[in-house]
Amino acid sequence: MSERKLFAHELEARLDELLLLSLRQRSAEEPAALLEALPRQMQERVLHWAGVAAQTSDDLGWLIVSLAAVKAASLGEDFDDWVRAGLDAYDRSGLAATRKALNDFAEVRRSSEQRSPGSVSFAAIEGRLSRFLHALDGRPLKLVSGKTAWTDTETLWLPERLDLADDAAENRLIYKATAALLWAQTRYGTFNLDPEAELELWPDRGRGLAWFAVVEAMRLEACIALELPGLALDIARLRGPWPPALDAAAEKLARPEATVADSLDCLAELRRVGAGDTPNFPHVGALDPVAARRVRAARITREMAIMRRALNVLRGTGPDGAAADKSDYPPLAAEGETQVVDPQFELLSLPPPAREAAKSLMQDFGEIPPEALHPAGPGAWQPVDGVDTPITASCTTPPDAFYDEWDYRRAAWRHDWCHLYEMEAPPGDHEWVDEVRQRHAHLIRSIRRRFEALRGEDKPQKRQFDGEEIDLDAQVDARADRKSGAAPSPRLFIHRRRVERSLAVMFMVDMSGSTKGWVNDAERESLVLLCEAIEALGDSYAIYGFSGWTRTHCDIYRIKRFGDRYDAGTRSRIAGIEARDYTRMGVAVRHLSGLLARQNTRHKLLVTLSDGRPDDYGDEYRGRYGIEDTRRALLEAREKGIRSYCVTIDRHGADYLPQLYGPAHYSVIDDAKKLPQKIAEIYRKLTG
Amino acid sequence: MNPAKPSSRADVRADIRDLATPLVHLASEPYYHATGDELAVFEAAARSCLPVMLKGPTGCGKTRFVEHMAWRLQRPLVTVACHDDLTTADLVGRYLIVGDETVWMDGPLVAAVRAGAICYLDEIVEARKDTTVVIHPLTDSRRALPVEKRGEYIEAPPDFMLVISYNPGYQSVLKEMKPSTRQRFVALDFDYPEAEVEARIVAHEGGVDDATAKKLVKLGSLTRKLKGAGLDEGAGTRLLVHAAQLIAVGMAPEIACTAAIARPLADEADTRNALDDLITAVF
Ligand SMILES: Nc1ncnc2c1ncn2[C@@H]1O[C@H](COP(=O)(O)OP(=O)(O)OP(=O)(O)O)[C@@H](O)[C@H]1O
Ligand SMILES: [Mg+2]
Repeated sequence: MSERKLFAHELEARLDELLLLSLRQRSAEEPAALLEALPRQMQERVLHWAGVAAQTSDDLGWLIVSLAAVKAASLGEDFDDWVRAGLDAYDRSGLAATRKALNDFAEVRRSSEQRSPGSVSFAAIEGRLSRFLHALDGRPLKLVSGKTAWTDTETLWLPERLDLADDAAENRLIYKATAALLWAQTRYGTFNLDPEAELELWPDRGRGLAWFAVVEAMRLEACIALELPGLALDIARLRGPWPPALDAAAEKLARPEATVADSLDCLAELRRVGAGDTPNFPHVGALDPVAARRVRAARITREMAIMRRALNVLRGTGPDGAAADKSDYPPLAAEGETQVVDPQFELLSLPPPAREAAKSLMQDFGEIPPEALHPAGPGAWQPVDGVDTPITASCTTPPDAFYDEWDYRRAAWRHDWCHLYEMEAPPGDHEWVDEVRQRHAHLIRSIRRRFEALRGEDKPQKRQFDGEEIDLDAQVDARADRKSGAAPSPRLFIHRRRVERSLAVMFMVDMSGSTKGWVNDAERESLVLLCEAIEALGDSYAIYGFSGWTRTHCDIYRIKRFGDRYDAGTRSRIAGIEARDYTRMGVAVRHLSGLLARQNTRHKLLVTLSDGRPDDYGDEYRGRYGIEDTRRALLEAREKGIRSYCVTIDRHGADYLPQLYGPAHYSVIDDAKKLPQKIAEIYRKLTG
Repeated sequence: MNPAKPSSRADVRADIRDLATPLVHLASEPYYHATGDELAVFEAAARSCLPVMLKGPTGCGKTRFVEHMAWRLQRPLVTVACHDDLTTADLVGRYLIVGDETVWMDGPLVAAVRAGAICYLDEIVEARKDTTVVIHPLTDSRRALPVEKRGEYIEAPPDFMLVISYNPGYQSVLKEMKPSTRQRFVALDFDYPEAEVEARIVAHEGGVDDATAKKLVKLGSLTRKLKGAGLDEGAGTRLLVHAAQLIAVGMAPEIACTAAIARPLADEADTRNALDDLITAVF
């Protein structure tokens, strides 16, 4: 960054851009004049925070700027905290409270400083810590604040604020050490044994539990020292020496092969000698083995299922049973259906989600439990609901189109196998869309801003036939060409025009029964956000839903055709998207990629929003057959010059996606609620 | 370039020679540690006159591999870093005006074809779409390059070989390579080497002991887990080597890692701090 101060007119222009002031008939002249006096670094900070605040609300941005202009100089180093306090107040109680918080900041700060000058809040350290933990080995952990520090093996709770030490650096270190120790509990198997039998022998269970936490802290510190010696040193310095009473335990637990069983032995020893209260260690949190083991058990069940399902596919024991041939899958060490000679080898050929599950199981058991290596058998493939509903093929009208379907077992097409009906989607409640737009107003606005930047307006294009400026490079080339007798190129100008994106996108929305509830809501909300964003970009796009049951009843619902506008009609059809029947994906891909291929753009993109694998009622479409057919349909699309991308909301079953879309062409979202936030970003990455 | 006006024709010629494409003849073996069957595949492709595409994240040894192969095959090497303003003329060549004369100057691609060299086009997707098509006739059975301005049709000698690189980390469809371009190449996938191999590379390239190299590799693998969670891409081998080199000349490991790894990777405060925490945790 240059050190030059920004002049008032520059500040004014940037503020105007950040806060869209001219639209609101406000002028930044006054604050800009005040801000001119500040050093550049401070000016940038004010601008930075103005932008941040404006993402939440323009009024908030304006308030921050106008007060900052007056106060920034005197706040100095405290400026960032000052703004944060204001934003916090806004989130809690609105604009008026913000003004008060910002005005009272100095006093509040003075009084709190008297309490604890170096205290550190969870909010201030959360981002840093969560990234730190994310980088460490093991399964991902969620970080939240709570009363005490503890973990249930999937979430870490850390205190709201720490002021044990006098200075902030030390308090930050306590946060880090505490979090690291909790991470280590999940990583090195603190909950792999049930400590209840031992704890029951303690007259005071609470005291036993506290000692258990201490001996585990000793063992885990030694584990950390092997992997992350620097961190272990920090922790050791923080805690000071262990009490002499623990000398024997310290030695036993420092061995690399020590496990939680050894900690329990030490705990029993402490009970026998009648240990008193535990000394206080700042970084040792609380233990709740009962809660942790409950979470662990649920996870194990889930991950076993993932593993076994993946092995099913791998070994071709899907619903088609013996008919499945194994030629397309990596060779296995052992072909026996129930015993695996070399699990390590097989793990390598598992799809990524199953590999994650396997790693997580290893974390929970120290090895893969043998039960996990048995394929689930056909039973596991049965759908949960709708199995017994009798099907009345109620379609008397002739289908709109017939499509072939690929049967991988025959390695041949089934001709005109699928009967496709295309119809307009029924309208829903258009007020719902207004409500979504309102609820996400800020998100929509920030997405639009970012998307507008994508349009790449004003990118100079060199060597054009015609343009606003002379292209000197081209002129020199042309002159040289003329001299040498070659025909000079007439492309001698620079044209500043918006780069033509020339992109058509087809959104193919899963309307199968399984999307009912949250997933359906998330799909609809995401579509609203997407439409708002893409309108800003000017890409051509269409939205169709698909569902149906059996090959004779494949339905495609028109929500927005390429030519249609994003108008009230379209909006109410988005609102009307609802969960219906099944997911026969291949035929939908074929039909919609046919529509997309007709678009006259250079790039064509097919984006699928779905919640799971291809599936259809009763027949063989479920399982490998459906995956193979869908993959085939996607390859055909690719041959037509269409790129496919799949956004899947599927926490556990995304193991088939690499097969369908190849490693780079999908993203999995584990929580439907996150879809609306993420979808625009995915689209931007995909087309930026 | 020299702003002073060249006085004589000889000076002009000399100036122009400076602009000519450098053909690099590698005299000594560039260190390269193979991680799979890439050596054999590349050699076979070279023998069969097929072009090769290298895919992989930044700093994982693609450039080094090409240098190594150029040495192994005893062919000169021409490298072009592609960017979105790269025109056909930049690759093929152009007329320059020298005094009252015009002089033809071969571009790097033509120079490589004439010399029977390996031509390495780095980050090909960055180049303009109309530029990419000039390589088409060179990469099919014609193996020739038409130079329209000179009315020349240069047939490539058997030693000429085209190599391109490309980082599939970009997911933008607008930057995707056309199938008609992709399908002309034999492709090799590159990834970060396995921990042990990478430690050996870092030790060798950075001049540090094994223990330090292992720690650097550990740090590298931790940062790679942050891909998509604060970082666009984790630390490549190149960054680890850089840190090692700083350590080798006496800098404290933590400072070296901050300067060579953490700072280049991230701007945002939380991520920078988290990287600093990782560095202190590992050392
Ligand atoms: N397999 C390897 N053998 C030897 N050195 C390696 C190897 N992999 C990486 N390196 C080291 O990493 C450095 C960076 O590698 P290189 O420049 O080849 O990366 P690249 O893949 O070409 O990256 P980019 O895509 O950014 O151009 C090399 O200078 C070398 O020190
Ligand atoms: Mg390179």
